[in-house]
Amino acid sequence: MIDFALSSEQESLQQSARDFLAKECPPLLIRDCAPLEDGVPRGLYREMGALGWMGVLVPEARGGLGLGALELAALCEELGRVAAPGPFLSTQLVIAALLRGGSPGLQRAWLPRLMAGEAFGALAYADDGAGHDPAGVTLHASRARGGFVLSGKKPLVLDAPGADLVLVAARTKAGRGADGVTLFAIERGHAGFHVTPHAGLDITRRLGTVTLRRAHLGHDAVVGGEGKGGALLARLLDLACLGIAADSLGGAAHTLAMALDYAKVREQFGRKIGSFQSIKHLLAEMVADVEPARSLVWHAAYAAGRSPRERARAAAMAKAALSDIYSRTARRSVEIHGGIGFTWEFDLNIWFKRAHLSESLFGDPTWHRERVATIDGY
Amino acid sequence: MDLTDSPEDGAFRLKVRAWLKANVPKRSDQDRSMEVTDPRRIARAKAWQRKLHDAGYLAMGWPKEYGGQGADVMRQTIVNEEMVRARGPQIIGMMGIQMVGPTLITHGTEEQRQRYLPQILTADEIWCQGYSEPGAGSDLASLKTRADLEGDHFVVNGQKIWTSNAQYADRMFCLVRTDPHAPKHRGISYLLIDMKSPGVTVRPLVQMTGDPGFNEVFFEDVKVPRENLVGHLHDGWTVANATLFHERNMLSSTTRTQMLFDGLVRRARATTRNGKPASEDPVVRQRLAELSIAVETRRLEAYRQLTETLRGHPAGIAASVNKLTTCELNHQIGRAALEILGPGGWLHRSDREAIDGGLWPLDFMFALGLIIGGGTAQVQKNIIAERGLGLPKEPRPA
Repeated sequence: MIDFALSSEQESLQQSARDFLAKECPPLLIRDCAPLEDGVPRGLYREMGALGWMGVLVPEARGGLGLGALELAALCEELGRVAAPGPFLSTQLVIAALLRGGSPGLQRAWLPRLMAGEAFGALAYADDGAGHDPAGVTLHASRARGGFVLSGKKPLVLDAPGADLVLVAARTKAGRGADGVTLFAIERGHAGFHVTPHAGLDITRRLGTVTLRRAHLGHDAVVGGEGKGGALLARLLDLACLGIAADSLGGAAHTLAMALDYAKVREQFGRKIGSFQSIKHLLAEMVADVEPARSLVWHAAYAAGRSPRERARAAAMAKAALSDIYSRTARRSVEIHGGIGFTWEFDLNIWFKRAHLSESLFGDPTWHRERVATIDGY
Repeated sequence: MDLTDSPEDGAFRLKVRAWLKANVPKRSDQDRSMEVTDPRRIARAKAWQRKLHDAGYLAMGWPKEYGGQGADVMRQTIVNEEMVRARGPQIIGMMGIQMVGPTLITHGTEEQRQRYLPQILTADEIWCQGYSEPGAGSDLASLKTRADLEGDHFVVNGQKIWTSNAQYADRMFCLVRTDPHAPKHRGISYLLIDMKSPGVTVRPLVQMTGDPGFNEVFFEDVKVPRENLVGHLHDGWTVANATLFHERNMLSSTTRTQMLFDGLVRRARATTRNGKPASEDPVVRQRLAELSIAVETRRLEAYRQLTETLRGHPAGIAASVNKLTTCELNHQIGRAALEILGPGGWLHRSDREAIDGGLWPLDFMFALGLIIGGGTAQVQKNIIAERGLGLPKEPRPA
């Protein structure tokens, strides 16, 4: 039976997230996080942990909410709406990886803390100049006594500065493609593992460069099987695309709402500027852009549980479209606000920069459109 | 969330598909346009509509007592979608089935329903829409065609324009001014006019595609019986607005867009550019993927709106967003194909080397016509902004 909408439980989860974040994650909190090197609002994350959100994907038997990609997307949308700072999505990626391929020891050690909002994750997959898929992984892991030795660098990893556990993608077998890729879970402070935080313009998130200098890792650090991490990594990247797309949907809707509110109060030439067709039509175009894009996000979440091809296609479409739409909507919103929109003090710039960083994360629209072209066999 | 048919709907879909497979006439693609003049093509189109009616696949949403199928939105959608997929000919009596029929069912008298509805279904009477005038396009309510009540009939004088199908239509549902002194929205009435009445003159206009499609219609002292008034006198604006096109056709229109896009991909593969198929050119691939995402968005939106309707939620501004985005998308798909084809894309369909039957430039131009017709893109944006977003209306001149 065709039913393309959230269930009432999903709707109420989303609504409660919206209500909670409107109170607990105001722009003041974002600005308070700006000077922090790791950018993590610890109090907010502990509360989100207590609400169960950090364990949204974890089965109920293990203390999570036991929900799926749609609920994750609903949370990401609401976090995007308020431009929530910190490593929510990256932590979800690491949790998803541990659930699918982590040893019982890794799971026991990390899931409770990650779910509580007390520890955080990051996914260090892309090598310098490489694409956003398992085939692009080049960092070499050589065999050594009791495990592997990793050396190399992963530049500009999302949320690495605040991460307690970083998943690093490396190649344990020479070659190309997804085959031979292995994911390693590496703890902060591990010998030979180092994160250099970057000063970024998006004050809501942090980028860090991960450096590995002869870091020794045991077999127990492998997630998803030696040489078999490619399929898992592909799945995680699709989940990341869904998360960013949902976040972008919320953010785009917010920048649109700000522009709309402003157009209803700001007067020029003795009229509300929203009564001018130049502004009206711009706002109508923004709605016609943003509102239908919700379907792409829902579909990417729906497809997360289907075949890898369907999943990848829907994720790529959602990421490509929502990245473009978020950047475009934020820009138009700044324009409608005029001079005030260009200031540091007015909050809109927080969303504008988040939009543009999001656009480039996990593959930009051009990358994902080429993926669509390849999947559809043009 | 579920994007698959229920077993019952799935079985119904297969039944419709099988029927269409056995019954859709083999024909040239050029029959796809409703805007036909050749009497033999009109006769074929009427026969097709009757066949659909006999099989129980016409007027799916009409109540059974008036000859419809009383089907729910899901079944209506399935029939529309399968019809497009099977490349079924356009339904010649669409204006009757989708616009005047539902209007009579909600606002007409029982006599009007009995008189007109059966002929709409059997295609014995084809209807056209008399709304736009030379001075009343987007500002439709400023229309000037007069209808003066004189005893038991109205006398109509004036002119309509862009009237599709008037050249062969039997009847027109028409907006006329019955009270020139009332505020413009409140002096309009909804009349049913026999196109064979003395004083009606139809003059064809040729569209930019070269096809005759729409017309000018002139009224000179045309007598229309008073019982042809629908709804109350001077209340025609309400009547006309109550049954504008529904989003019920949304999925069939997205299926059409999907088929147009599939044709574009085939074209890109079959056209050589720099010694390789155009579909291997990175820039073309970007464009195709961008359009593919837009097509997918329309398809998913149709499912979302279908779900909303099934759950009994009002459609809001979705119909305007659909109109705005789908027409533009069809136009862009045509444009992408023409870019790939180069000068060959602009060969007339009569040329022996015309590609894909010369249909790409026609589809491209036809889509532009639809960006303007049925409420221009700019009017849709006003509707979205004012009704959807609650922005202030344009200040009226004092």
